[in-house]
Amino acid sequence: MQRTPLHEAHVALGARMVPFAGFDMPVQYDSIKEEHAAVRQTAGLFDVSHMGQIHFTGPEAVATVERLVTCHVASLRVGRVRYGLLCNEEGGVVDDVTVYRTAEDSVFLCVNAANVEKDYRWCVRHASEAAGVRNRSTETALLALQGPASAAILSKLGAAPLDGMRRFRFVDAELAGGKVLLSRTGYTGSDGFEIYAPAAAALGLWQALTDAGARPCGLGARDTLRLEAALPLYGHELDDSTSPLEARLDRFVKLEAGGFIGAEAVRRCAEAGPKRLLTGFEMVGRGIARAGYPIAKQGETVGAVTSGGPSPTLGKSIGLGYVPPALAEPGQEFDIVVRDKPVAARVIETPFVS
Amino acid sequence: MGDYDIRDDLRYSAEDEWVRSEAKGVTIGISDYAQQQLGDVVFVELPEVGRLLEKGEPLGVIESVKTVADLYAPISGEVLEINPALAETPEAVNDDCYGEGWMLVLSVADPSEVEGLFDRAGYLQHIKDREDQST
Repeated sequence: MQRTPLHEAHVALGARMVPFAGFDMPVQYDSIKEEHAAVRQTAGLFDVSHMGQIHFTGPEAVATVERLVTCHVASLRVGRVRYGLLCNEEGGVVDDVTVYRTAEDSVFLCVNAANVEKDYRWCVRHASEAAGVRNRSTETALLALQGPASAAILSKLGAAPLDGMRRFRFVDAELAGGKVLLSRTGYTGSDGFEIYAPAAAALGLWQALTDAGARPCGLGARDTLRLEAALPLYGHELDDSTSPLEARLDRFVKLEAGGFIGAEAVRRCAEAGPKRLLTGFEMVGRGIARAGYPIAKQGETVGAVTSGGPSPTLGKSIGLGYVPPALAEPGQEFDIVVRDKPVAARVIETPFVS
Repeated sequence: MGDYDIRDDLRYSAEDEWVRSEAKGVTIGISDYAQQQLGDVVFVELPEVGRLLEKGEPLGVIESVKTVADLYAPISGEVLEINPALAETPEAVNDDCYGEGWMLVLSVADPSEVEGLFDRAGYLQHIKDREDQST
């Protein structure tokens, strides 16, 4: 089992540790509900050092990543981030990633922990030799400071004023005495920052940020927050056989230009129309939808829940799942089969919380 | 091992239910250890009054924000009463697992089944053995 540079700090704080993507990770410190509320109301701090970073440098770097991901890369300015997908030749999702343009000739991808090795092999296989691919995951720590008080906390610790920094931008910054890459991004649906730092600096940053008022949050709250924001989780909403169009990620796919691996297959899916669509719903009856539960219409299984659970912000149970397009519009009703018992659910707009 | 409130006047099952002997039967809930393991409880599904249960049979479900756990009959008996307040305030299981968070009352079919449950020391050892196994 791998450990992040902050493992000892989590254990010292009394976190409940669970295996996640090969890492021993904190699922919660005290209460998922309270950690969740901290991110919506003040600021929460997540250790997401288990996520991976794959760097590309050299004259072929940008052209290579342009072919690897579904979003535009050549047009991405230095200091900006874009969300995109790595697709296989069949148009399924290898991973969902964020693309950072760090210089004219360098880019890195932030990738899911469970997919680091798979993605790295995929990138090396499809990169030209001049693209200088390096997996820098273990040497990089990643902290996510999320919530409306995030910018104020960073300013307290000496980061330059961040009020004017827009979403999906990043800067090199000095924070708590060390150099970091500070990115106005996150995975919670709240304002926030992601902080890339050398592994050796992680503990000092963690302490400085919690001392400044950020509440330690575990993967439990990360999951309830991203579900409220209807952000897909690899292995749940996305996998190697799922089309980005089924997951309704069309706006992150440069279909008109093509040119990425899998573009042909994704275009065919667009022409034929996706057979199923990722759909957000709320429970109408009493019961909680969980990943894997069947979705049924008039007794017939028509899909499955990919993620579900109680929404601490809304005080009701919500979920995401794949259903036929005819059932995917807001107002449509179907049942979630909870322990063999159909419980009524209704399609609603996502994000559930914005 | 964590800090758990395990009481002297109760008996405990291997599946973390507590049992309190009373005149009408036994009152049942889940232990402080169990509620801490589950985290924020958001839903409790209890059996119908009048249902007959065999020891060890699944009788209901407790859901926390993250997980779903089965509740098992710690002894055999008939369901005499359930805690109606848990439908609206399932968090009582976290706040007061031995009081407001009680779940149901069972008649006692065989008193020796109650005697066979863990006492405080036995249950603490059971928790410790399980925690040792998982580390």
